[in-house]
Amino acid sequence: MTRPGRDDAPDRLYTITGGRTSTGPDDPFDLVTLVVAESDPVPGMQSEHAAILRMTRFPTAVVEISAELRLPVSITKVLLCDLLAAGRVSARHPRTAAVYDPDILEQVLVGLRNL
Amino acid sequence: MDSAISEARTPLGAQADNGLKIVVVGGFGVGKTTLVRSVSEIRPLNTEETMTQAGEHVDDLTGVRGKTATTVAFDFGRITLDARNVLYLFGAPGQERFWFLWDRLFSGTLGAVVLVDTRRIDDSWYAIDRLEHHGTPFIVACNDFGGPRYSHDEVRQALDLDPRVPLVDCDARSRESCKQVLITLVEHLKNQYTGQAARSALPPQELV
Repeated sequence: MTRPGRDDAPDRLYTITGGRTSTGPDDPFDLVTLVVAESDPVPGMQSEHAAILRMTRFPTAVVEISAELRLPVSITKVLLCDLLAAGRVSARHPRTAAVYDPDILEQVLVGLRNL
Repeated sequence: MDSAISEARTPLGAQADNGLKIVVVGGFGVGKTTLVRSVSEIRPLNTEETMTQAGEHVDDLTGVRGKTATTVAFDFGRITLDARNVLYLFGAPGQERFWFLWDRLFSGTLGAVVLVDTRRIDDSWYAIDRLEHHGTPFIVACNDFGGPRYSHDEVRQALDLDPRVPLVDCDARSRESCKQVLITLVEHLKNQYTGQAARSALPPQELV
């Protein structure tokens, strides 16, 4: 299996994002932010944007989108920022306080024990 | 091919709204992907992150000899815990360049499992050192490769492991065994934060 982005010409990644290589310091997306489509793809839309909208009819993590598009995480985030700014997707960010939240940790334990 | 992958995807429930992370760190061939596969509800997927000079507002390339870009590949699986919580399990290589991306990829992670092959115990030192540096809570799991058995005391000594860090044996091919590893980690996290909360609730002691 080829790895996403690895053997691609840099030109391809450049074209996909219009030259942007990262989303900047206020990047809202975590690897496990769950993305949900708020609209269907429309004709003429960039193919990667359309693919993301099809993929996120159910909540889908940023890292899953990256793996399926075979694009590096940072490039995927650029595409997601476009869609978020256009209101075409919504983002469910992880509750970062969960790390210290005994209730969440208890929920994780219950979930794991039920596996 | 791509459409076949899409059709094989198992979607999350519509209510899922909280992604959680646990990272499995270990050297090549130690069984990270095997562990992830054993407990994941999806076939493990693979992706990568690159760090380039264009991302210099967050990346410090000082000390990366002669490099202008670093790429790390990692794989991951998924466990739906309940209607809202979804746990993502990442298998991450422990090599040096990987740690430059730790904060970007794994900030906010619940904790880590250091997977150890007792035949190559030295491979784990660096990962443990880095996790301590990043303040990420972790446990150590020795994957059983059928080699000579070492006592936990011997392994702890070889790793110079803090006595409070749990050490368990596991078989990365066994779903039940891997499940126990994850439970041990989360129980450790609970104990740790309960302990911290109890300590911070105590009146500050005056130094005489």
